[in-house]
Amino acid sequence: MSNNDFEPRIVGFFCNWCSYRAADLAGTARIKYQPNVRIIRVMCSGRVDPTFVLKALALGADGVLIAGCHPGECHYLEQNYKAMRRYAMLKHTLRFFGVEEERIRLQWASAAEGVQLAQAINEMVDQVRQLGPLNWPAQWAENGRIEAAIERPAEEHAEAMEVPA
Amino acid sequence: MSDSEASNGKGKLALYWAASCGGCDINTLGINEKILDVAAAFDIVLWPVAVDAKVRSIEKMPDKNIDLCLFNGAIRTSEQEYMARLLRQKSKVLVAFGSCAYEGGIPALANMNSREEIFQTAYHDTPSTDNPQGTRPQTETEVPEGTLYLPFFYDTVKTLDQCVAVEYYLPGCPPEPERIWDAIVAILENKLPPPGSVIGAITTVCDECPRTRTEKKIKEFKRTWEIIPDPEICLLEQGIVCCGIATRAGCGANCPTVGSPCIGCYGPNEGVEDFGSRMMSALASVIDSEDPQEIDRIIREGIPDPIGSFYRFSLAHSLLRRKVLIHDGKGVTV
Repeated sequence: MSNNDFEPRIVGFFCNWCSYRAADLAGTARIKYQPNVRIIRVMCSGRVDPTFVLKALALGADGVLIAGCHPGECHYLEQNYKAMRRYAMLKHTLRFFGVEEERIRLQWASAAEGVQLAQAINEMVDQVRQLGPLNWPAQWAENGRIEAAIERPAEEHAEAMEVPA
Repeated sequence: MSDSEASNGKGKLALYWAASCGGCDINTLGINEKILDVAAAFDIVLWPVAVDAKVRSIEKMPDKNIDLCLFNGAIRTSEQEYMARLLRQKSKVLVAFGSCAYEGGIPALANMNSREEIFQTAYHDTPSTDNPQGTRPQTETEVPEGTLYLPFFYDTVKTLDQCVAVEYYLPGCPPEPERIWDAIVAILENKLPPPGSVIGAITTVCDECPRTRTEKKIKEFKRTWEIIPDPEICLLEQGIVCCGIATRAGCGANCPTVGSPCIGCYGPNEGVEDFGSRMMSALASVIDSEDPQEIDRIIREGIPDPIGSFYRFSLAHSLLRRKVLIHDGKGVTV
């Protein structure tokens, strides 16, 4: 599959109070953006545990987009700062796993920013399309004649000369 | 008495090691004279470190003939996977014993490299290696007498339960002798938790730690050699990355009690899927900054090796399991 016909699968975690509404606004305003983000509504970007992101990648997502309220505008006072710090920590760690930075994005988008959100989605989808599929579950698939190698000790033991007790 | 029990009425016990250091076996002997009680209750049919038993005699047993198998060590070669399958088939209860069998442990840090990189280091690059012909172990070698085989070395270290079904998990690197004894008693008295459980506490190391905790606000993470920690205050509050907050209790908080941070050998607490993300989440919450640049700096300077800090024992068991290997999804051929 060439990168041209690769359609990235991106999981989006969008805050109920702002970016999810921004996505709604983009819809009602008929702003077009690429359909590659599967949006999951969360109550706050601070709800997004790093586990969610890692799990999305481990299950085959090509990227993860977290969207929340602008700093200082959190519905729960300061949970988006928590999201900001978790995102920084996660990004730092994923670098060591060899996951490209562009695959993880934190986007601030207020409920009025449908256009900005659509732009951010388009930008991210293009970047991930450039990078190609992540296909993480294949990372731990071993190749070669492994099944035969696993069964070999039994064959060898069966062939080996029996030693009287 | 079931058919599988020997005529002397004893159960059968097997202990095995795969990719491990031997520490689990040492701590099994750490139950001291109680090992005699174990020997009174069980015939030990396999224990490479202490008993001269043959794999072939295990192969000849009927299925489910062993009552209890304590399996320590991660799975890194085809031979270890063979032993895991064999012991699974022959055992009624299979326990992933210790961090390596449960979570991959230290051997699974090799998942930050590929087999090729490991072979390159081991057979070429190390200063003590003298290998002018570039000889490497081969899985198959033809000799006049026939073909010789060596086990297949995996790119990715696996946990025991990524190879075969496992009834119980006993965490720890190594498990504390008291916890080993608790588990053996639970098995003997048939007071085991539901299959699939981790045999151990359901709280965190912090609950066992005698240090005083107040509010955690951190401007800078410190490496252990950078400060002499105050003996009374929570290590994390002093800026030391202590994994006690995410780690299952059971060790008695040995390390933080003496001023050394918890490194997470008892694995994630109950209900936590990925130890590292729990640590990332917890540490991110205590960083005292709202400025993205400053946050980045605190993390970059304070946690230079996030895999070593967050996944020291749990990389194989984590959601991502390893560093990226290839992108085409075809794996690597040998």
